Amino acid sequence: MQVISNHSDDHAISVHGIGKAYRLAKRQATPDTLVGAIQGIVKAPFRNFQYLRSLSRANHMAKQDDEDLYWALQDVTFEVPAGEVVGVIGRNGAGKSTLLKILSRITQPTTGEAIIRGRVSSLLEVGTGFHPELTGRENVYMNGTILGMTKREIDGKYDQIVDFAGVERFLDTPIKRYSSGMQVRLAFSVAAHLDPDILIIDEVLAVGDAEFQKRCIGKMKEVAGGGRTVMFVSHNMSAIGQLCTSGVLLSQGRVVSQGDLDTVVQAYMDDLFRTESSIGDDTTTVSVQTAVDGDPNQRMWKYGSMVRVRVDVETQLAIANPAVDLYFNSSAGRMIFAQSDRFVKHFDSESNRWVFEFLFRNNGFVSDYMTIDVGFRYCSSTRYLGLWQSVAAIALGEVPPGHSHGRDCPVAVPCKVQLMEAA
Amino acid sequence: MKTLSIDTRSLEIASATVDATERGATAMPVSHIQSQSAWHAFDFAEMYKYRDLFRYLVRREIKVRYAQSAIGVGWAILQPLFTMLVFTVIFGRLAKVGSDGAPYALFSFAGLVPWMFFSNAVTDGVNGLIGGASMMSKVYFPRIFMPLAANAARLIDFGVASLVMAGLMIWYGIIPNLGALALPFVLAMMFLTASGTTLWLSSFAIQYRDVKHAMGFIVQILMYAAPVVYPASLIPESFQRLYAINPMVGVIEGLRSGWLGTREMPWDFLFIGSLSAVLLFTTGVSYFNAKQRVFADLA
Repeated sequence: MQVISNHSDDHAISVHGIGKAYRLAKRQATPDTLVGAIQGIVKAPFRNFQYLRSLSRANHMAKQDDEDLYWALQDVTFEVPAGEVVGVIGRNGAGKSTLLKILSRITQPTTGEAIIRGRVSSLLEVGTGFHPELTGRENVYMNGTILGMTKREIDGKYDQIVDFAGVERFLDTPIKRYSSGMQVRLAFSVAAHLDPDILIIDEVLAVGDAEFQKRCIGKMKEVAGGGRTVMFVSHNMSAIGQLCTSGVLLSQGRVVSQGDLDTVVQAYMDDLFRTESSIGDDTTTVSVQTAVDGDPNQRMWKYGSMVRVRVDVETQLAIANPAVDLYFNSSAGRMIFAQSDRFVKHFDSESNRWVFEFLFRNNGFVSDYMTIDVGFRYCSSTRYLGLWQSVAAIALGEVPPGHSHGRDCPVAVPCKVQLMEAA
Repeated sequence: MKTLSIDTRSLEIASATVDATERGATAMPVSHIQSQSAWHAFDFAEMYKYRDLFRYLVRREIKVRYAQSAIGVGWAILQPLFTMLVFTVIFGRLAKVGSDGAPYALFSFAGLVPWMFFSNAVTDGVNGLIGGASMMSKVYFPRIFMPLAANAARLIDFGVASLVMAGLMIWYGIIPNLGALALPFVLAMMFLTASGTTLWLSSFAIQYRDVKHAMGFIVQILMYAAPVVYPASLIPESFQRLYAINPMVGVIEGLRSGWLGTREMPWDFLFIGSLSAVLLFTTGVSYFNAKQRVFADLA
């Protein structure tokens, strides 16, 4: 086993060649005769036993080429300097949660090793160990000790915890009588008062109402500002943008990009959707480029900033006056708004392309990221000659208080996107 | 060779962590995360670090068990008391099973109190680990606390039932003899037996839920392999040593001897039984320790 050399002593987290394999269930052949079916039933207990037994072997006897193994992580290597706030991003199934579970020691890696310098607290959910029958007070101690605090440490912070949660009057009531909001506040409050050197957080922000989420972000900024190392996993690009200084992008269990947050976000958007996509059929191809405030490498569309979307359409169809529609979809896949007005349209005879440009200002979207669909049609018709889905994606940045249009339901958003006249 | 080097390293880490906390110094604890070998060293320092958690787990177990129940801890009395009544009628009166000279009711109650501890502790411990699976996939803490806390919580019931035993002894005018001085030893043996069994069964049950289904009736049947409803003196002389390998034999007969004076303190039973109890417990801890690496993946 390889040992990381001592030169990386200043890193809070050093991850070296981490891999994690899980055993997949093998699909059984369906019997086609009655005898076969009966044999199958008789053999089932033995088969089940062998399968159950194999489960625990994935981890320690795994061979790289074993075909019913699924590698959730492979050869993951990166380092986090002390005091850095790093965001781990990637699509569903990219291995983010597995990585956090390994670093929190919940599960062991199949290969590789990680070294963590400092006291670690990991929050993969809030309120682990909370029991509905126990009182608020008992649950604070239960949850606190599970998170690694001693009774004495909790005693010292007890008043602050209760204050932050705002449940003073109900401390001796079983929490099953609490509203769910109160439970979440109490749970987050315990977590927020951990005092580790390194904090590992997984999407805990996905709880509570918008107001409480703001306080959570505020509290986490405070934690991050206090010189602690924070590792933050989230789909919420706006939270990542607010908190993190650097990022790690996972894709299919591997590290695809790491370092400066802007670079990583850009790589994430590219991983989700091609940035300069060029797709279409034989007759028509379309490519889309985005630029935030004039910078084509910036993929974080912050509040107040402008995004320019340029659509190039190359077609063999003879069209005198074409039109392009843009559809912006939330990360949840729902359409937020459509736009067909064009501000710049011209035919570039040199490259034989139609070029459309759109310019938008973000006046308050908080939906993680948006994907863009492009529809191409005759100006006078509503029937598309081509409709390309998810040709580009753009991450949405933080929104100041009072300017957002709700959380995960952007459909209800009154479109406040401000269309700018092209210069 | 490989195994050896890993063990040494994890030991070093453990001691480093303790040093840092004891001195309260700024020295940073360093943790190595890697695939552990099956027989990695048991981390006592870590258990000490989490000692408060164990207390709260035990407390939670007790409180939750009797929450929103009118009789509450009274169930710890009713359960053995009613079983005793039934046994007294069926085995004492109808089947005329011997009781070494003591009233059959007392005789069977003295057997039921440790036996019920054993069977409840094992059942709770195994279910506790399975039920805690969601917790284990969300946060790290010494996994062995889950079954052990469930075991320890049942000591409260044992204590309450023992008080009832004391009441019954006063009622019948029986005075405990000098053998009662050996009871702490017998109780330790009882706890080791229950925990050892729990650790073995629960590490299996995480992977094979069959254990959960089988456990109920097997524990019930096992009762007849221990002298709960009959005296150990019924077992033929030549089989007594073999019989005593079951540590609960020594525990039950030892308690009866101390409480009721039905017989001499069965030192031979206790000797054989304590060997097997210690063996059961240490192998149970080792097996659990080897298996806990994959709990979060299996559960």
